[in-house]
Amino acid sequence: MLYREAGQFKASYQEDAQIFPIRQDRIGFFALMAVVFLVVPFAASEYWLQAILIPVLIFSLAALGLNILTGYAGQLSLGSAAFMAVGAFATYNFMLRIDGIPFLVAMLLGGLCAAGVGILFGLPSLRIKGFYLAVATLAAQFFIVWALVKFPWFSNYSSSGVISAQTVNIFGYAFVTPQAKYLLTLAIVTVLALAAKNMVRSTTGRKWMAVRDMDVAAEVIGIRLMRTKLQAFAVSSFYCGVAGALYAYTYLGTVEPEGFNLDLSFKILFMIIIGGVGSILGSFLGSAFIVLLPIFLNVVLHSAVGAALPAGFGSSLELMIFGALIIFFLIVEPHGMARLWQIGKEKLRLWPFPH
Amino acid sequence: MKFSFRKTLVAGAVAAGLLATGYAAAQEQFIGLPSYRVGPYAAGGSGIYGGWIDYMQLINQRDGGINGVKLTWEECETEYNNARGVECYERLKTKGAAGNAMFQPLSTGITYSVLEKVAQDRIPMVTIGYGRTDAADGRVFPWVFPMITTYWSQASAIVNYIGSKEGGTDKLKGKKIGLLYHDSAYGKESHAIMDKLAAKHGFSVEKIAVAHPGNEQQSQWLQIRQMRPDYVVLWGWGVMNPTALRTAARTGFPREKIVGVWWAGAEEDTVPAGDAAKGYTAAVFNVAGANYPVVKEIQQHVYAKNLGNMEDKSRVGSVYYNRGVVHGIIAVEAIRIAQDKFGKGKPLSGEQVRWGFENLKIDTKRLAALGAEGFMPELNVTCSDHEGAGVVKFQQWDGAKWNVVSDWIAGDRELVRGMIEESAAAYAKEKGITPRDCSKEG
Repeated sequence: MLYREAGQFKASYQEDAQIFPIRQDRIGFFALMAVVFLVVPFAASEYWLQAILIPVLIFSLAALGLNILTGYAGQLSLGSAAFMAVGAFATYNFMLRIDGIPFLVAMLLGGLCAAGVGILFGLPSLRIKGFYLAVATLAAQFFIVWALVKFPWFSNYSSSGVISAQTVNIFGYAFVTPQAKYLLTLAIVTVLALAAKNMVRSTTGRKWMAVRDMDVAAEVIGIRLMRTKLQAFAVSSFYCGVAGALYAYTYLGTVEPEGFNLDLSFKILFMIIIGGVGSILGSFLGSAFIVLLPIFLNVVLHSAVGAALPAGFGSSLELMIFGALIIFFLIVEPHGMARLWQIGKEKLRLWPFPH
Repeated sequence: MKFSFRKTLVAGAVAAGLLATGYAAAQEQFIGLPSYRVGPYAAGGSGIYGGWIDYMQLINQRDGGINGVKLTWEECETEYNNARGVECYERLKTKGAAGNAMFQPLSTGITYSVLEKVAQDRIPMVTIGYGRTDAADGRVFPWVFPMITTYWSQASAIVNYIGSKEGGTDKLKGKKIGLLYHDSAYGKESHAIMDKLAAKHGFSVEKIAVAHPGNEQQSQWLQIRQMRPDYVVLWGWGVMNPTALRTAARTGFPREKIVGVWWAGAEEDTVPAGDAAKGYTAAVFNVAGANYPVVKEIQQHVYAKNLGNMEDKSRVGSVYYNRGVVHGIIAVEAIRIAQDKFGKGKPLSGEQVRWGFENLKIDTKRLAALGAEGFMPELNVTCSDHEGAGVVKFQQWDGAKWNVVSDWIAGDRELVRGMIEESAAAYAKEKGITPRDCSKEG
């Protein structure tokens, strides 16, 4: 009843091409932005900001990166965590070795380094496809983590290979409180998510999707395969790299190469599968699901009924429920949570008179 | 609105009740436990946290708490994952009447992730046998306590032990020691110290990496066979350890010449290797066995009442379990010492407990009173030295159980301390920290 687009006419091409063509969506989006930027930093506790919201945002960005590559360009990758590692370590080294470099510049350079490495490991995609490509990107995963451990220069000769992030300073303001870190992360993620949304709606994204759907046909209509695929790898790795930099600088503060292992890559892959492959919103929903659900189960099983269960049982139960829920979700909605959202919206349009 | 006598009475009773419960809750000391009971390292996590919880349960059951302050705890599953560990840290830190008294993640990765946060939140972090080695310099790291022994002290003690087997460290000259290490930050901790020790004593070190998880080591052991080292130091973790022992047996390297570190010296490392493990020696800072009075008391006061934490009761007295008991003893003693200063019978804040850790002294007499003589080394923590002991014992596996084969052996204190101070000073410089002046600490 409230969610009805009747009477909303589009009188110009701009109006037709905007991200949210329905007025209610626009209002909703801006309301959401107002809440997350203006209300959340002051209302949420330190625990929520530091332990829940910041990681959800960072993983959303990483999932967004993988979604661009896998969801839009159709290139399966298992190296997302490694590209995050490149971003984190590159940013660290730029901050360390160039005196007075602004954090945002170092982060962008870190993202570009990740993009470069991404292009390098994307080269096999020109010859191989599907699962074979996934295996090739596994090489990136192992090689990068190995290299970061092997060459102590990357971690500034720390005896254990761990880097500890410098304080983020932008225009003389030090981002140390959870509120400041949250706002910084949120701002970066918002800008990059909007950029991604626009990219996938433009020529770039259409080329990616054409390649995804059938690369021979795409080539026939004049899309240069090499360029398009490598571009997808570069953009995707850039997003992962920035996510890695944020992971080190606004979330953990100290990272080790082993932290960016295959498990993390799989986790990011699960995020886009659960959230929705080929959907910007899905990256956020999937990241929230994968990050929050284990914590929620842990709180329920340890704080609430923990004393009643034998030790270790709660932890095992947690994994079982988590796994069962993932399977349940994939059976109920194989296209992910973003598709559920879409269905919900369509139902809402007809409500209360579905014909 | 008029207040009738009855209403006032009810209100008063409610208020008194609230105060009373507040008071009752205030007599509890909360300890957050970021445990892991699933995942690849569950054997270590369940044993150590199980032993620790059982010891705290013993204090509650037998003594009614520490000077009447009951210990309470809550577990938070980290899965040995850094991100989950940070979430647990944030979740646990404000729980309990006085907040979380201490944080002990049992994971080097999580230790690094919260290293700076503990200083901001004023919660002591105790990392017994893992974590950041140079944090032993308490002047730069006031909030971190890598207690009993650091990796570097351990490496040095292992070299001294090998020296004593050869008839003195001067006999090490010209010997060859193989270092089979887990190819990770943890394994690489051994490099710098072994190089220094090799230079000092005149032996040579052959470093051989094993990639995680290490369940295939044929090529590494063939390499060892070609090099013919006099000893092999096994710096391993998880499945890598039994695999190393089995492969050593296959390639014919004597297990008596393999010396493991303390993360390679539990029943979980030797039992899967079967007979191949017989004769293998490993360093430990707590010994195995259920015959110590402290373990017997746990049996009597905790397991007899069916309050024990271990599902598999045969693990009580194992290396990991006893390591958990050591964690418990150190935590309880620190709280006790802090209570002596800040008021007996009161729950303490993290800051006060930190003082307890920094002034922790457990001598032989105290160990005997605790029923833990010979079970763990004496501890003497000071403002500048957060390590406190720096000694290890060596245990040999006889095919069925661990037998202690040495007394407490110290490392080369001077050399290790020098390296620690150098590394801590570099950290302080990078982070702009001014080291504390320990002569001014009370």
